[in-house]
Amino acid sequence: MEIIGIWVAAFLTLCIYSFLYRDNPFYRFAEHLFVGISVGYIIIINIHQGVIPLAWEPLSEAISALWAEIVGTTTPETRNALWGLFRILPIAIGLLFFARLSPRHTWLIRYPIAILIGFGAGVAIPNVLQANIFAQTRGTIEPFAAINAGTLSAWDTFGAILIAIGVICTLTYFFFSVEHRGPVKWASKVGIGFLMIGFGAAFGNTVMGRLALLIHRVGFLLNDWLGSFGAFFG
Amino acid sequence: MLEKIMNMDRRVIFILVALVVIFPTLVPVRMPITVSEPTRNLYDFIEALPSGSTIMIAFDYGPSSLAEPEPMAKAVMQHCFSKGIKIIGMTLLPNTPTLAHKLMRKIAAENNAVYGEDYVFLGYRPGTLQVILGMGTDISSVFETDYENKTVDEIPMMENITNYDQIDLLLDLASGSTTETWIIYANTRYGLKIAAGVTAVIIAQMYPYLQTGQLIGLMPGYLGAAEYEKLLNAPGDGTIGLNTATYAHLLIIGLVILGNIAFFIQRRREG
Repeated sequence: MEIIGIWVAAFLTLCIYSFLYRDNPFYRFAEHLFVGISVGYIIIINIHQGVIPLAWEPLSEAISALWAEIVGTTTPETRNALWGLFRILPIAIGLLFFARLSPRHTWLIRYPIAILIGFGAGVAIPNVLQANIFAQTRGTIEPFAAINAGTLSAWDTFGAILIAIGVICTLTYFFFSVEHRGPVKWASKVGIGFLMIGFGAAFGNTVMGRLALLIHRVGFLLNDWLGSFGAFFG
Repeated sequence: MLEKIMNMDRRVIFILVALVVIFPTLVPVRMPITVSEPTRNLYDFIEALPSGSTIMIAFDYGPSSLAEPEPMAKAVMQHCFSKGIKIIGMTLLPNTPTLAHKLMRKIAAENNAVYGEDYVFLGYRPGTLQVILGMGTDISSVFETDYENKTVDEIPMMENITNYDQIDLLLDLASGSTTETWIIYANTRYGLKIAAGVTAVIIAQMYPYLQTGQLIGLMPGYLGAAEYEKLLNAPGDGTIGLNTATYAHLLIIGLVILGNIAFFIQRRREG
């Protein structure tokens, strides 16, 4: 069974790489198959790892517990399961997303979206400010305290000054309230230089990442696929 | 000649890259590896943990990007199991649970680790924010059962683990923006120590977090995996991948230089 899996994977890998020559039906077959299977798999995983354990099971246990309460066969466990009834509220709000399917009731979708945006913004704003603005600003300024105390090496001092220049000049480039003339122009030009170095590093790393994917696939074809020839034909 | 270089068919470059990748795969040549500070920091942190400590590994990569994070996962799990450090596995991505579960089982079997005592795989739950924030309060409120459908509260390893307070480190093996999400919510809000092993594509985004100490360590792509394998003295997929990548990088650097020389010569002739 494993060998069949290896051969299917090898066939699909070759189908995808055939695009390097030119677009062809094999490539499109593999591409469509990948998209279809990915979507189907993600839906099933979300049902099994999300809907069933977080919504279906607690709610059905709670309904059974409610019935036990009514007929008088309640136990401490069933009484505890009754808390699951509170899940009706989030489940009902979540189901309002499907109101989109009915033109008459589309307006109901505003409620879950409003709750999501309200929750998302409320949670994100303080944490994002803390992690991405305050901590980063502190990280840029803090080394200067060490420079002042004389505890930073020459190389680290150079790094700290370079980072501070990079931050100030790059921010200057995005500062459009003042005309870019004189010192502001030169600062923004230095900022462009830092941006280009950043983009260059990101592009270089992207090439490295894409090559890693190729190396992994070549390793699979040479070791696993060619290695399975004996077992397949033997 | 100059015309030929400037108008080179892109398929010639594809063939050259393929050859440069195939030959080192067939005939491996070991290149020297120097361990960088971010990888060493992660290794030293785990090395300093006493036996019985717990780390959480978030397998936040998919089948299409496993080339780089998987060797890192293997190396770190091997290190943890050899030191008696317990591992809680989980993922924020829906297409990863099967991959991660299979990998944990494989590495655990190689190191005689027992499921439920030395490691556990919680699986996946939808809602990235809700999962990260929920586990900060109570892990079992998010994962009532693990991936194998065992009640989390009844798993021996999870007896004394309620939330992030009992977890010494979170290692995010990522191919996307999940590391930033872990930093923003788990580190900032709950003070959870975080390290990352990321694909090369997102390395540049991670360095600001290293400088501020929001990340205690970082494994960058194949290089990070190879460096960690070197520290363990156990060469594996990362080392093989890095060796092969080195030749491909040399070819690409050569082509970039050649292309630039041809471009400038042509411009001078035309000017």
